[in-house]
Amino acid sequence: MHQQKVVEMQQIAMKYQSESGEIEAVREVSFSVYEGEFVSIVGPSGCGKSTLLSIIAGLTKPSSGQVTLLGEPVVRGARSVGYMLQKDHLFEWRTIEQNTLLGLEVRRDLTPETRAYAQELLKTYDLWAFKDSYPRELSGGMRQRAALIRTLATRPSILLLDEAFSALDYQTRLSVTEDIHDIIKQVGATAILVTHDISESIALSDRVLVLSARPAELRAVHHIDMAGLSSRQRRDHPEFRSYFNLVRKELGLNGKS
Amino acid sequence: MENPRQPEAVSPERAAYLKRIRWERIQVKGLQGSLLIALFLLWELAARQRWIDPFIMSSPLRIAATISRMFRTGNLLYHIGITCMETVAGFLLGTVIGTAVAVLLWWSPRTSRVLEPYLVVLNSLPKIALGPIFIVWIGPGVGSIITMGLAISLIVTILEVHHGLSLTDADKIKLVETFGATRAQVLQKVVLPANLPTIVNALKVNVGLSWVGVIVGEYLVSKAGLGYLTVYGGQVFQMDLVMASVMILGFLAAAMYLGVVWLERRLVPPTQQPF
Ligand SMILES: Nc1ncnc2c1ncn2[C@@H]1O[C@H](COP(=O)(O)OP(=O)(O)OP(=O)(O)O)[C@@H](O)[C@H]1O
Ligand SMILES: [Mg+2]
Repeated sequence: MHQQKVVEMQQIAMKYQSESGEIEAVREVSFSVYEGEFVSIVGPSGCGKSTLLSIIAGLTKPSSGQVTLLGEPVVRGARSVGYMLQKDHLFEWRTIEQNTLLGLEVRRDLTPETRAYAQELLKTYDLWAFKDSYPRELSGGMRQRAALIRTLATRPSILLLDEAFSALDYQTRLSVTEDIHDIIKQVGATAILVTHDISESIALSDRVLVLSARPAELRAVHHIDMAGLSSRQRRDHPEFRSYFNLVRKELGLNGKS
Repeated sequence: MENPRQPEAVSPERAAYLKRIRWERIQVKGLQGSLLIALFLLWELAARQRWIDPFIMSSPLRIAATISRMFRTGNLLYHIGITCMETVAGFLLGTVIGTAVAVLLWWSPRTSRVLEPYLVVLNSLPKIALGPIFIVWIGPGVGSIITMGLAISLIVTILEVHHGLSLTDADKIKLVETFGATRAQVLQKVVLPANLPTIVNALKVNVGLSWVGVIVGEYLVSKAGLGYLTVYGGQVFQMDLVMASVMILGFLAAAMYLGVVWLERRLVPPTQQPF
């Protein structure tokens, strides 16, 4: 099953420079993600998770180390990558439909076919009735789905999700994560999810990477052996708690997640 | 799923509320009009009763008579036309060139850093002091007057618009960069649309500034236009002419400002409007 390496990170380190000083965000991180895999990255707040995604997307150049995407050195804005940032960043001057077409426009890929695909996604995710509304008329969950459609419309083969669901309340979050998990499995995309919700990472992914506090280093890797189960079934699985406790201990947390 | 944009039925409380604010609005408009009429009546009365000297203070009826006489002899429209043309030209040039320079400065942060002290000095310089230079360089005509109108609004526009452009949300820029946007696309898809309100606001400020520049220009060059009429009227001690020109000026400036407000409503989508 795990044939092709989609992402390969080799000894990535990142130090941010500014006039006021230097911040070492990532010390040394190496890992690979294989085709069709769903990998979560968990780590304490501010440890460098967003930085890692930014490096994979080619938006931030690491201070040292190599990033390879589908066997090639990464380039800025690579077509294979769909990156969902930590906030939805829908443009308030565009309608929901125009927002979902943004990626296609920028990639100069807006054809009747791609537009029809984006519209189909709007229908699938119950936003069709709101296609002519402006973002501020939508709830947080709807905005989040619109942002996901904007990303999926360009048909990326690697999805980078940065705390994509953190703006949602718990109930919406459960159903949205489930939806997104299904969509990603359905289109066969490879996904890397950054989260600090341990149960979310276990419910969704094939592998969980645990990072240390800043500067980030890889502390542990867990293969979650519950393939084929939906995220809701996973949450009810007897193994779930033991994975949860393991990861929580590694993160140095006690008490609530 | 139901249509989210359907108008809702109006409840009685809402209807009462709407009626109340409509009535309030009518009353304010009425008081505004009455105040104007009262001021004019008082002025006219004061002139008739010789509480003030109509030769120095003029009076509404004398002003009206002057305007209608000038209108009949035909040169009032000519003077109005000249001044409006100069103002619109100065205003458009100031906005277009100012915005273009601001975009260039955004494009090249190094240029902007290099030019910053020059812009600050030019901004604090009283532009009116440049008048004699323009007259010598360009000649005492319409060219100098438009340049004066331009000079007064240009630097402010550059600074204001550039400030807006450079404050564009970095994460919005990052978002389009995830789709591989070039710098031109960042400008086109994010920076310009996000700053449309800033640019339209610069327009509003520029309308006022262009009037100042043009009238000062006409004072200096003195050939035609409402500024020229004011100066001429002062020199020959015809206060009726001075007052008439000032009245017309006030009216035109207000009309042009309303034009820009109208343009703002058309250009800026409701979701980006400040009210
Ligand atoms: N552009 C930047 N310039 C300087 N420092 C930065 C920059 N971006 C991030 N940092 C610093 O690098 C560290 C890691 O940031 P990063 O955003 O990657 O953390 P994170 O794990 O995503 O945090 P969170 O859980 O809060 O989202 C932080 O200390 C942050 O202050
Ligand atoms: Mg982050």
